Amino acid sequence: MKRLLIVSLTALLLGLGVTGYAWWRSAPAPREVDAIRVRDTASGMITGTDRRCDRFYQAAGTAVCLVVEPGAVPKTYALILDAEMREVRRVRIAGIPSRARVSASGRMVSWTVFVTGDSYNSGGFSTWTGILDTRTGYLVTNMEEIPLFIDGKRHYSVDVNYWGVSFAADDNRFYATVSTKGRTYLVEGDYTAWRARTLRQNVECPSLAPDGTRLAFKKRMSSGAWRLHLLDLATMRETPLAETAEVDDQAAWLDGNTVMYGRAGDVWAVAADGGGQPRLLAKGASSPVPPGRENLSRAMSIRR
Amino acid sequence: MYVATPQLSRLRLLLAVPGNVAALGAVSLVTDISSEMITAILPYYLVLVVGLSPLAYGLVDGLYFGVTALVRLGAGYAADRWQRRKLVAGIGYGLSALSRLGLLAAGASVPALGAAVAVDRAGKGLRTAPRDALISLSAEPGRQGQAFGVHRAMDTIGAFLGPLAAFGLLALGGAYDLVFVASFALGLLGVVLLVLYVRDHRTPAPLTLVGAAPSGVAPSAPSMTPSMTPSERRPGLRLPADPRFRRILLLACLLGLLTLSDAFIYLLLQDRVAPEFFPLLPLGTALVYLLTAVPVGRLADRYGRMPVFLAGHGLLLALYGLLAWQAHALVILVLLGLFYAATDGVLMAAAGPLLPDATRTSGLAWLQTGQAVARMLSSILFGALWTVLG
Repeated sequence: MKRLLIVSLTALLLGLGVTGYAWWRSAPAPREVDAIRVRDTASGMITGTDRRCDRFYQAAGTAVCLVVEPGAVPKTYALILDAEMREVRRVRIAGIPSRARVSASGRMVSWTVFVTGDSYNSGGFSTWTGILDTRTGYLVTNMEEIPLFIDGKRHYSVDVNYWGVSFAADDNRFYATVSTKGRTYLVEGDYTAWRARTLRQNVECPSLAPDGTRLAFKKRMSSGAWRLHLLDLATMRETPLAETAEVDDQAAWLDGNTVMYGRAGDVWAVAADGGGQPRLLAKGASSPVPPGRENLSRAMSIRR
Repeated sequence: MYVATPQLSRLRLLLAVPGNVAALGAVSLVTDISSEMITAILPYYLVLVVGLSPLAYGLVDGLYFGVTALVRLGAGYAADRWQRRKLVAGIGYGLSALSRLGLLAAGASVPALGAAVAVDRAGKGLRTAPRDALISLSAEPGRQGQAFGVHRAMDTIGAFLGPLAAFGLLALGGAYDLVFVASFALGLLGVVLLVLYVRDHRTPAPLTLVGAAPSGVAPSAPSMTPSMTPSERRPGLRLPADPRFRRILLLACLLGLLTLSDAFIYLLLQDRVAPEFFPLLPLGTALVYLLTAVPVGRLADRYGRMPVFLAGHGLLLALYGLLAWQAHALVILVLLGLFYAATDGVLMAAAGPLLPDATRTSGLAWLQTGQAVARMLSSILFGALWTVLG
């Protein structure tokens, strides 16, 4: 009887503790609106909007918001939003949001989620990358069926996984990462012809510069860490960027000379030519989105 | 202890186990809710909040495996050496509970998160062998299968409720840190239950065990020999000498080499399951497991534990065949749940009575570690084959 009393009292105290914690930690302070748009990590809110997203990107009046709606079984959606953050389309996807992108024109939307097995220590995962053409409404939920050519030869394998899509200004050519048989490649894809070919190895999460000539990407070093690099598409020359810390994100271009990226819970920026120093753009944030053209001058003032 | 009366319903009879086994079951139930809450949300947390990519996340994997194996063997040795099974198990439960606060404090620091996960693993490594030894020592030799069946069923109820609790908290508007705090509270409750309700088996008393043995049980188990050799009083890290135990160990390792990881099986089911149902697959397996653990344990007591253990692996082979045959996912889940019911607790039930009381913890630790190493090797092997053959 005494033991039962102790157990009940302990359970009650612990329950009160958890409730107290829930009450104490609620209501995080809202973040000030910057010229660049970011996702506030604490609240999940996208600055300057009333949207809560897990991954977010926006360009030219189209935004994509990947969000996990919790429930007994969590549901994941890709919400396509207009410039006023109104929902235009809702795509049911499955898995944990990882990357989100909108082409510069606002037409092509792409995302990557990943699906794990049952447990965080089992190691098995697979990525699903979707592409939505907002003009035609045509949706590819998982692009892994796209005919793939490695070094010119058609590649057949069930273990292909794509992630980190980046579209060019023509809304047809795109870059992405594919992994198969233990290797990762940079692929160049043709959306209309629906085919992809590998360009080189060990290039992940490519992000095409506004002028379409360079890719910022993360490269796996021999140490196992990822470092930001730049690839010149004309010469295929790689340049390490001045950020020396590990970066595990798909970079976004702040302007023609600067990339932004999430690093250890904050958003940073660094020059895209390998020079300069990384600098902090936003604390406790992720999913940086460059300002629209009308906001560019404000962004410049932040950059100094 | 339960007193059998003719009025007892069949269900009561099926579930009647010594109080200590029920107490250990309750501890495992609460602890498993706590740990499965974390398992369910940690991928989301690592990717969405910390910002790890899927690949980095996959690397977290095998990293702690070696640590767990060593900790498990060490815990088995320590528990036997000082005859403090409850204490060692309690430290394990406590460490895992504390690791939730580590997750909370780690923030976005990947090394700190890794350390918290490592502490959780160490806790799990510490507690499993002493816990199973306590179950084994608390149950009559002839009813080991049932005792382990009841324990595993309660354990799996916890595993079933954990993800629902975690996602439920998130759905109610909580954040990930609230899940960590709630998981910590439940983990602590598990420790309190252990301290108050579980009795330790400190000094082995072989003579009373003979008296307690029910009629009709083969009196050949070494645990019932009235005297112990000095080597049994001073257990080492070496393998228990019993040839029948060694045979079971060898068999478990060999069969472990044939065992695909659950994650791999679920990955193979990917093309026949709508993606939104993917998270439900482990829950389906757990449901079958928890419903069948007790009846299959009883079956093992009646018809022999090794035959049931072997039959379980027969089911696994059938499962592989059906996977290739494009069978419905539900069929696969039922077979997988049955496989666990016929192998996990049943193996401990088969080996326990073959081990002297004084070295039972380290014997079971060897068995669990051998099986885990074999399964790890098989995962690596299948992974490599998968990559090469595509």
